[in-house]
Amino acid sequence: MKSDLSPNQLHPFPSVLAESERGEFLLNVEGLVARLNNGVRIVDDISFSIKQGETFALLGESGCGKSMTALSLMRLLPDGIRVASGDIKLDEEDILALPEYAMRKVRGGQMAMIFQEPGLSLNPVMTVGDQIAEALKLHQKLRGDEIRPRCVELLEQVGISDAPRRANEYPFQLSGGMKQRVMIAMALAGQPKMLIADETTTALDVTIQAQVLKLLRDTQQKTGMALLLITHDLGVVAQMAHQVGVMYAGQIIEQAPREQLFARPAHPYTQKLFAALPDAGRSGQPLAAIPGNVPPLGTSLAACRFAPRCDKAWALCHNQEPEWTQLENGQGVRCHLYTSQIESEKINLKVPLSPGLSTASGEVAGEEGRDCSLLQVENLQVHFPIHKGILQRTVGHVKAVDGVSMNIPAGRTLALVGESGCGKTTVGKALLQLITPTAGSVRFAGHELIGISARQLRKQRAGMQMIFQDPYASLNPKMRVAEILQEGMDALSIANNSDERQRRIDELLEQVGLEKASKWRYPHEFSGGQRQRIAIARVLAVNPNLLICDEPTSALDVSVQAQILNLLKSLQQELKLSYLFISHNLAVVEYLAHEVYVMYLGRIVERGTVEEVLHASKHPYTQALLSAVPRIDGQGMKTVRLAGETPSPSHPPQGCHFHTRCAHAIAECRAVYPGETIISATHRVHCHLAAE
Amino acid sequence: MPVILWTDAMIFLLLATILAAALWIRKRPHLVLPWQRVAKGSVGMVSLLLLSLFVLVGLLDTMHYRAALPEKSNGQTVYSAEVLSVFDALAKGIKSRSEKTYSAPLAAYLYAKESMETPDGKILRDYPRLRYGGVHLADPQRELLGDVLKRTVIGALEGLLIGVLLITVSNMLLHFFVKLRTVGSSTGQIISNDSWIFTFTRTMKNKPYRALLITVLLLAMLLGVTANLAAVYHVLGTDKVGQDVLYLALKSIRTGLVIGTVTTLVMLPFALLLGIAAGYLRGWVDDVIQYLYTVLSSIPSVLLIAAAVLMMQVYIEMHPEWFETSAARADLRLLFLCLILGVTSWTGLCRLLRGETLKLRELEYIQAAQAFGVSSSRILTRHIVPNVMHIVLIAVVMDFSSLVLAEAVLSYVGVGVDPSTMSFGTLINSARLEMGREPMVWWTLAAAFGFMLVLVLAANLFADAVRDAFDPRLNRTEAVA
Repeated sequence: MKSDLSPNQLHPFPSVLAESERGEFLLNVEGLVARLNNGVRIVDDISFSIKQGETFALLGESGCGKSMTALSLMRLLPDGIRVASGDIKLDEEDILALPEYAMRKVRGGQMAMIFQEPGLSLNPVMTVGDQIAEALKLHQKLRGDEIRPRCVELLEQVGISDAPRRANEYPFQLSGGMKQRVMIAMALAGQPKMLIADETTTALDVTIQAQVLKLLRDTQQKTGMALLLITHDLGVVAQMAHQVGVMYAGQIIEQAPREQLFARPAHPYTQKLFAALPDAGRSGQPLAAIPGNVPPLGTSLAACRFAPRCDKAWALCHNQEPEWTQLENGQGVRCHLYTSQIESEKINLKVPLSPGLSTASGEVAGEEGRDCSLLQVENLQVHFPIHKGILQRTVGHVKAVDGVSMNIPAGRTLALVGESGCGKTTVGKALLQLITPTAGSVRFAGHELIGISARQLRKQRAGMQMIFQDPYASLNPKMRVAEILQEGMDALSIANNSDERQRRIDELLEQVGLEKASKWRYPHEFSGGQRQRIAIARVLAVNPNLLICDEPTSALDVSVQAQILNLLKSLQQELKLSYLFISHNLAVVEYLAHEVYVMYLGRIVERGTVEEVLHASKHPYTQALLSAVPRIDGQGMKTVRLAGETPSPSHPPQGCHFHTRCAHAIAECRAVYPGETIISATHRVHCHLAAE
Repeated sequence: MPVILWTDAMIFLLLATILAAALWIRKRPHLVLPWQRVAKGSVGMVSLLLLSLFVLVGLLDTMHYRAALPEKSNGQTVYSAEVLSVFDALAKGIKSRSEKTYSAPLAAYLYAKESMETPDGKILRDYPRLRYGGVHLADPQRELLGDVLKRTVIGALEGLLIGVLLITVSNMLLHFFVKLRTVGSSTGQIISNDSWIFTFTRTMKNKPYRALLITVLLLAMLLGVTANLAAVYHVLGTDKVGQDVLYLALKSIRTGLVIGTVTTLVMLPFALLLGIAAGYLRGWVDDVIQYLYTVLSSIPSVLLIAAAVLMMQVYIEMHPEWFETSAARADLRLLFLCLILGVTSWTGLCRLLRGETLKLRELEYIQAAQAFGVSSSRILTRHIVPNVMHIVLIAVVMDFSSLVLAEAVLSYVGVGVDPSTMSFGTLINSARLEMGREPMVWWTLAAAFGFMLVLVLAANLFADAVRDAFDPRLNRTEAVA
């Protein structure tokens, strides 16, 4: 993202309907308050309206109340939470006053909702056709023979090929992206005027996410329905929304048309949110992380909720809750900076988007250690046998990792990117010998790790450690922090006596930015970001040289993600650590990595430095991956849409694995797996087209 | 002469372990915390009180001895062949007053008609007066109800008085200890000036203490009424051979507790070790353990138990010289029954634990430990066991009640406890015939039912409270403070 972003660069990428064509306000929400039975306000005084054919995005971090807002609209709030006051009008009809039987007609008929997890929102024992038919019977009053054709028609409308056959299949036979399409088809069955999409694409890969977002846009264009998009992803908002409401701790703190919001965010929180996004432009400098965490529910109401984390806050912010202020350009904001008496102080609306920090000496550490190789991997293979029959005979292999070679120099970061199921996590675990590799060689600091005895392996354990994806599953809930940190030291006999260990634990906690007192607490008392810090402290306890980071920030909020990325970066400079960074988030990779390896179906298809791979990619798969990432500046590269989904690694396609989805595939691709083509000293690619 | 039977030894061992564990936990504040949370819940405390009453009766009944006989042979003291317990000595009154046959609760007449000779020589067939129940009444037909009511009221008042006295004394003790502890500290002055009434009112602001107080008073009243009535009546009637059912039910408590706890102790190591080993190690270990429990659970357990018990019975009968008393023989049979039940009942829990471990071993914190090179045994004890303990706790309590019931079923088949051992099983078994009798004898079953219900319910509720207190996720807010 560039700091000199101007509104005209943000051409309306999803040009659904021109402003004039959009109709009257379809949905009006006024002063909506939802609270727990004990009085805690989950959703606090929210007002917004959506026009016909318009997309309104509710943007916010986890726990800010955006899903609860959507559930209030559908009157599907869980037990214990109820709408306390407010007004919801859909097409001049008061939703909150409707009796339950009338509400059932509204749900699905006028207002439909799609949820986050496609695997959990379909009934596993009904065919998808039957599930769509259920909605048709209810809302369209279709009977008998009319249902099936309409079903197939809907499935075709959401882009499912071979729809008549798919209608008879069960959810487990469909992939994640297809399930989400079926969910959309079900939602469309009642021909709703409004569609609520609650984090609909969060669980999907970027290429599939791009497909689903395009489907939503196309559908909106055809039917003219309104779309309420709930997301935490600024990129998705940039692609989809017309109007954006930014939520924080139960309130909408800023509301603006998309172009204005991205050009001139008014609220300090929104400004920080943009600044916290990682990207290549700031790979040398620390990200502007927002200190602290999202406040828990039910914090005091007599102050601005963002004040404790805001660097522009003054006394008033801590004493009085700011009022909703409407700015002249149509932007609305809830911040004392914009209330009338302060206006005279000339608040600069054009706050630079990038943090005003001087370039840190980030590159220095990397350049020195380029030559001495810490980890060398040659032709690593991990095959899982497939057993069948009574005798459990091996009938085939899932080639999860099929001949991966890599080379990580000391003090550098190597990123491994690819869609889910391509085998990148398996590579990480095979390097640590958590999964026994089938073949190949792993040399760590000059010692071969494959085939050595358990005792010899234990000596090498301290050098290489792993940070896991889910901070909620990676810490034992029954152990206190001190015990968690001590475990590795005990197992590898790091410190001599218990005093020394306790001192080291204090030191580690300080290093990762936690209080010393926290060592006597249990993991559940910490937030996601703090837990990830504990996980980092745990691996640092044994003084490793190489950290394998398996999507360490994908479970975290954007503002917290920046804190963890900064921590990783500063630790690398301080301790000369090497990272193998496994991720699907290309923006994070661009920010953190020195070299990038792109993986597809267990093989590396392209490798090179960050600039080479992410800005001058040669492989069609890398290009497709890059173009599928929603960018917040709206500068989509030439759009390469990937059709279909990743094939199963148990039966990879003949020839080049990617040819089934590749737009440029030639006859040769179907026959032979392409060899390595050397583009430059560091840049290599496996593609027939690049070879020519 | 004190006698220590095999099950007595097991119970004392268990008690010693619990005491040692309590002392060990006391020194570690983070382990004390969950128990303090248990103390803050009213349901947990009330069920603990009830449970401890049962345990008290069970423990009194566990201290066995043989009474010295008055005559001596060659200057050596001779002991009676009958093994008594401290409980028997305390309940001597109701133990010794046995009637001829059935009598209803609080009755003055027998439940069966008998031919009696009247003074004028006629043979009359009528319900005779009881030998002990209500003998002090001249005309039971008229006086019984009034007497029962009078004794109830007096008993309740006496119980209430004792309850209040008990609470006052314990409150004074508490006050004294608080004083003793705070005297040394700087703030001690303020508290030590308060009267003990103040300590009382402050304690009463606590909800669990209030609930506990009410329960203590109610229980004291109930005990007072029972004691008062039991002095002259059979409160729960008598059984076929005229034994007091209240006494039988109280004696059954020990058998129930022994079967519940000792069986669990036998079963737990099997289930825990084999279950988590199978789940964590996989491979051939998993195969062997799975085959073992699949085979074991496909044999009808009643048949297996019957075969084992009958073999044991024959073996015991062939070696009468091993046992000094009949009680020792009955006791060994009880212990053996526990062992057999334990060996056959571990499969369910084992299967459950294997499944849970399969899930846990894929979690990232286990993999993190593996990446540190932590040994398998340490991963099992530090990571897996604490995280399956909630399942163990629930399963053990559930099993406790089903084991007491299993004993009843086995006694019915004839392979349960020794006929001379009193247990809920034998009570229920005898009720089988009594329920089919006309007029029906209902009180044996009712007594067994009531006692078992209270015991099992208290155990269930207490286990629930403990499990909740130990779940870190449920105690989020408090732990932070």
